[in-house]
Amino acid sequence: MQYSEIMVRYGELSTKGKNRRNFIDRLAFNVRKSLHQFPNLVVKAHRDRMHLQLHGEDSTAVMTSLKKVFGIQNFSPSIRIERDIEAVKEAALTMVKEQFFEGMTFKINTRRSDHEFIYDTNEINDLLGGYILKNVPGIKVKMKHPDLCLRVEVRVNGIFLSSQTINGAGGLPVGTAGKGMMMLSGGIDSPVAAYLAMKRGVEIEMVHFFSPPYTSEQALNKAKELTAKIAPYVGHIKFIEVPFTEIQETVKHDVPSGYLMTVQRRFMLRLAVLLAAKRNGLAIFNGESLGQVASQTLESMVAINDVTALPVLRPVVSLDKNEIIKIAQEIGTFDLSIKPFEDCCTIFAPPAPKTKPRLDKAQEYEARLDIDGLIERAMAGIKISEIKSGETFLNQQEDEFAELL
Amino acid sequence: MIYLDNSATTKVAPEVLETYTKVSQKIWGNPSSLHDLGENAYNLLEQSRQQVANLLGVRTEEIFFTSGGTEGDNWVIKGTAIEKMNYGKHLITSSVEHPAVLNTMAQLEKLGFEVTYLPVDKHGRVAAADLKKAIRPDTILVSIMAVNNEIGAVQPLDEIAAILQNYPKIHFHVDAVQGIGKGIQPLIMNKRVDFVTFSGHKFHAPRGIGFIFKKHGRKLAPLMNGGGQEKNLRSGTENLPAIAAMAKALRLLLDSEEIKVQKQLEIKQFIYQHISQFPKVTLFSEMNSQFAPHILCFTIDGVRGETIVHAFEDQDIYLSTTSACSSKKHEVSGTLRAMAIPERIATSAVRVSLDENNTLVEAEKFIKVFDQLYSRFEKINS
Repeated sequence: MQYSEIMVRYGELSTKGKNRRNFIDRLAFNVRKSLHQFPNLVVKAHRDRMHLQLHGEDSTAVMTSLKKVFGIQNFSPSIRIERDIEAVKEAALTMVKEQFFEGMTFKINTRRSDHEFIYDTNEINDLLGGYILKNVPGIKVKMKHPDLCLRVEVRVNGIFLSSQTINGAGGLPVGTAGKGMMMLSGGIDSPVAAYLAMKRGVEIEMVHFFSPPYTSEQALNKAKELTAKIAPYVGHIKFIEVPFTEIQETVKHDVPSGYLMTVQRRFMLRLAVLLAAKRNGLAIFNGESLGQVASQTLESMVAINDVTALPVLRPVVSLDKNEIIKIAQEIGTFDLSIKPFEDCCTIFAPPAPKTKPRLDKAQEYEARLDIDGLIERAMAGIKISEIKSGETFLNQQEDEFAELL
Repeated sequence: MIYLDNSATTKVAPEVLETYTKVSQKIWGNPSSLHDLGENAYNLLEQSRQQVANLLGVRTEEIFFTSGGTEGDNWVIKGTAIEKMNYGKHLITSSVEHPAVLNTMAQLEKLGFEVTYLPVDKHGRVAAADLKKAIRPDTILVSIMAVNNEIGAVQPLDEIAAILQNYPKIHFHVDAVQGIGKGIQPLIMNKRVDFVTFSGHKFHAPRGIGFIFKKHGRKLAPLMNGGGQEKNLRSGTENLPAIAAMAKALRLLLDSEEIKVQKQLEIKQFIYQHISQFPKVTLFSEMNSQFAPHILCFTIDGVRGETIVHAFEDQDIYLSTTSACSSKKHEVSGTLRAMAIPERIATSAVRVSLDENNTLVEAEKFIKVFDQLYSRFEKINS
């Protein structure tokens, strides 16, 4: 069924007091951005609800995109019918038939905002209910917890019918919780962490370290494509690539192998913090989960986190690997994440990294290096691009191939 | 030449062959190689898979490439048997399946599996009620073809799906080798189906390539073990030129499918109407929605099928005695035997099978030749 309007119910922002208007405006902005490919769509954000007028846009496609926008509790597609009771009857019947299954129960729930309409609420309930009972064999009426509740709203500009409530993505509108820098490797965890950060309203910018020739162009493209996979939740995401070869070579050369990983990570964090300072980021996000690998012990976090006072937030810190994989599959990043390209975390992985590195040792080894010089040169080489949802990077010949196919 | 044996195989389309050649010359790397040549091949492989999935309205990860229809049938049946043998050893199929299904079932019977072969009615169709009766607690697979390759009967997959809705653990396999592009895609890709077999050379792709649909979450043991290609379910270096060519052939096949189906129906109707006037002609294919638009099976009483095929061949018209696979074995058609057609009539059966390239002009020539042959054979036959 093609719907004419979608009513959106807000998520947690109902409780946000004075900031409420900001949240609603931001959500409307995000909705418009996510639905930009539907030019006829009109978004009207009111205090309690948002109304999307479709004006002929494909409701199924709109709803698919809408499901990804954070800050939406749920939404109901509705169809607008002329204020003619016969037409309403037919539309109601079509709607019920579309969802009918053996033994289904239903009720009609009418609200009138226009009290001039010739039938009152009870009369409408009776008329429609009777018509459906007569024309759908096997359907029963049930007032408490029916399988299907057909909502009828009589307004001045028409009668609106809806029967479905579809869950939204929940969370908070992206951008209402400030900006953070996301350290994106290319593995399974960091895209999930990015997704979870966005879910709590954070606008993220991806920071990716790459070390040619030790890491390939494909690894960089994989990180970009991962970014494109989670871009639909916000429209587009900034991607910052940081050259990391010199730092990795130097650390490998000058630092005892047990501390390679710790010192490398300290450099990464320093760079992310610098980028945050330049770009108004308020926090650093990463995909660390406690105990997964050597770098992800509390001792290790202490030794690495030491370089900054900014909050370093780890959205997947307490999730099991299987829980992370489940989310990665849901958001469509898993298959891409497991593509076997070396990234900056896997090259130069020491044979036996310290699982309990000591902060003082890390500082001591690091003091031998030209930290400022290394950082400065890395910062001088950064590249920033904007990645839109659905963009592809790994398959550079998509158009060429499309002609073959 | 008038080619009316499209259910046996089809001619590779020029634009499909062009893709095959280009890919084998330009994108010849092994998709598993790490370097650029391999990566490009991998990307083309996945883009082909995505195109096939989109055309069928399924998820990309639900498409697995095979060497063709026979492999697809073998894989789904034996793969299910291996995967689920600890849950049960009973399989259900129909008595009119392609030999790729029937002989695979027979092999499993020798290994201790039990198989129920559902009977068909005089229209060549299984009855959903028979299926319901045949289901046991240890049933692991129901395998039913979409379109019968000999007479074109469309099986009631929707009714079968409705019954199997109540048995969520049973694997439901559809052999759609003859069904794709014939206007019944919703029936084939029904809500309940778990596995579907497809074969490329039936729709103008090269030989030796096909694919199966495997519903997300369903488990199937591999038959080909090796380097882990196709998600470790079908090892062997991917036949990329053929895969890309098939993806293109499928797109071309399904492009304005309705119009093409209508065209084939008109030709079938035209021939049907003409030859049904002759008293010695028996038609096994019917003109209704329970039959595919492209297959017309008939006999001229008293004339062996082989004789008819060669007589038409002399006039440069190509048809076949029922299925191409059994036609050289001098066997009675399995489908007609299952329909309880007397052997004398069944040995006379021939099959006209159309595709979108056939024309009404060809059909007119066909009936002219038919008239001549009919009167000629009447002399020796009366």
